[in-house]
Amino acid sequence: MTALTILFDGVAYGMLLFVLASGLAVTLGLMNFVNLAHGAFAMAGGYACVILVNRLGLPFFAALPLAFVAAALIGAVLERLLYRHLYGRSHLDQVLFTIGLVFMSVTATDYLMGSQQVFVQIPDYLRSQIDVFGLGVGRYRLMIIVICGLLTVALQLILGRTRFGSRLRAAVDDPRAATGLGINVGQVFALTFAFGSGLAGLGGALGAEILGLDPYFPLKFMIYFLIVVSVGGTSTITGPFMASLLLGVADVAGKYYVPKLGAFVIYALMIVILIWRPNGLFGRTATR
Amino acid sequence: MTAIPHEAMGRQLVAAARWRPAEWVFWLFAAATVLLFPDRYLILTEVAWLGLFALSLDLILGYAGIVSLGHAAFFGIGAYSAGLLAKHGLINEPVLALVVAGFAAAVVGFLTSFLVMRGSDLTRLMVTLAIALVLRELANRFSDITGGFDGLQGITVAPVLGLFEFDLFGKVGYIYCLSVLFLLFVLARRIVHSPFGLSLRAIRNNPLRAAAIGIPVNRRLIWIYTVAAFYAGVAGALFTQSSAIASLDVFAFDRSADLMLVLVIGGTGYLYGGLIGAAIFKLLQQEVSSLTPQYWQFWIGLVLVVIVLLGRQRIESAVTFVPRRIARLFGKEIAALPGGEAP
Repeated sequence: MTALTILFDGVAYGMLLFVLASGLAVTLGLMNFVNLAHGAFAMAGGYACVILVNRLGLPFFAALPLAFVAAALIGAVLERLLYRHLYGRSHLDQVLFTIGLVFMSVTATDYLMGSQQVFVQIPDYLRSQIDVFGLGVGRYRLMIIVICGLLTVALQLILGRTRFGSRLRAAVDDPRAATGLGINVGQVFALTFAFGSGLAGLGGALGAEILGLDPYFPLKFMIYFLIVVSVGGTSTITGPFMASLLLGVADVAGKYYVPKLGAFVIYALMIVILIWRPNGLFGRTATR
Repeated sequence: MTAIPHEAMGRQLVAAARWRPAEWVFWLFAAATVLLFPDRYLILTEVAWLGLFALSLDLILGYAGIVSLGHAAFFGIGAYSAGLLAKHGLINEPVLALVVAGFAAAVVGFLTSFLVMRGSDLTRLMVTLAIALVLRELANRFSDITGGFDGLQGITVAPVLGLFEFDLFGKVGYIYCLSVLFLLFVLARRIVHSPFGLSLRAIRNNPLRAAAIGIPVNRRLIWIYTVAAFYAGVAGALFTQSSAIASLDVFAFDRSADLMLVLVIGGTGYLYGGLIGAAIFKLLQQEVSSLTPQYWQFWIGLVLVVIVLLGRQRIESAVTFVPRRIARLFGKEIAALPGGEAP
């Protein structure tokens, strides 16, 4: 395994983390809502994919969009029913509430799907490696990089260039003024939340192969999501993206070069970054 | 607030710090449980150390407003310290070991507090969670010392103060835990009613304003965080000494999350919340987990969600009308004093 392969795997891992966490970057970063249950939507997408592919025999690439839709639907329903009541509440309330949701999702999944790890049956042509300039590149990871890269560009464009993006930014910056301008803030938030949950679901479906999928997924990856958002800063979408790449590469490299230290590498990195820039690598100096 | 003259304010605060009759009743009842429930010592012991642990969280959450997702870190440090001290016979006497374990946790609390004080609520959540995870990872990695996944086994706890041997029924263990809880509670009570404690409330209510009237915000927070770590460490040590085991799950996230539930059930910011919450939580756990042992966590989650949706304030004022009355007797209104500003 060469340094380049590690870099490649790390980038794939990081991109995956970004797709998983980007929804949280929006709800937490822009809407200032602490959603610790974000991983539960990723898990929902992952399990949706498992059911569709393994049990119903759908092709993998048909299941991916459906995983997105499933997670987005769950997100939309929960947002309308529960989350929206908590936007104005204290962080403690949001933490307690979302931890409650995590616990419920974990045990409910355990009950419905069993506690063992599950795998998506991915098509055989994705399993092999291809040779790029003498470098062995896993096709599955390459596919992840392509899909996630496209998503990132799309996300950036949607937030920066479209009418919906400007509405969202307006609604976040000043909900009252935005309402006054005729923007339906509640609807914008609901759509954003659903879209973010859908992205998490897609990430969960894509990542089941690499990250492993079991009922404890939301708990295991909670810290990763939080790191991505807090290290990346909450003012842009580029910040979390760079943070995800950094985290992915550092994690893969750390586990390869110093397996004994394991997860310490990323925690150490996180601590250093935090001491250096408390508001995240790409955060504005003044917090909201 | 400014309408109240200084002296009257001072008198009011002194009056609020006085022990109320209901508090005497509470502790007399706690003492009476030793005689009343001789066949329930094990669960009572659990209530005692859980109550102490929740008290520790109340110090930082209820009084200083720091939301922590990883308070189990200090519990775990205390648990492993006490276990290792007893196992290798370094300090055999439990009370001394308890203090040492508490200080070990306090040192870690002090060192990590600098990280916790940096950044916003969000970074705080991440850092506290990460600290507990790192410690768990460490305990797992150095399995030759900690026993790894199997936990620390073969702990024998010497008689308390060299006089009282731990018995099979857990009577001595319970009295021991209860006494420690009471002593530390009295200390915590002193702390929160001191000018230091009042300044903490000022910080919780409005950090900017507190800084503007000359309270050294970060230093105060670091202190209370360290003290809370000490308390959590002692709670962990009590856990190990009374159950004679320390395993990796002392650091688990579930423990930190359960602790929040305990505190939220009882109510934050009046010290008794943690103790009452611990008793209710343990009773609930015993009842529910006898029905569905595997899915007990689901009900924890549901309780959390329902509590938040109904509104913690509303629940406190409506459903727990009687406890609120009791809380008032215990002196909660000082917390509800306008702004709670430091004099």
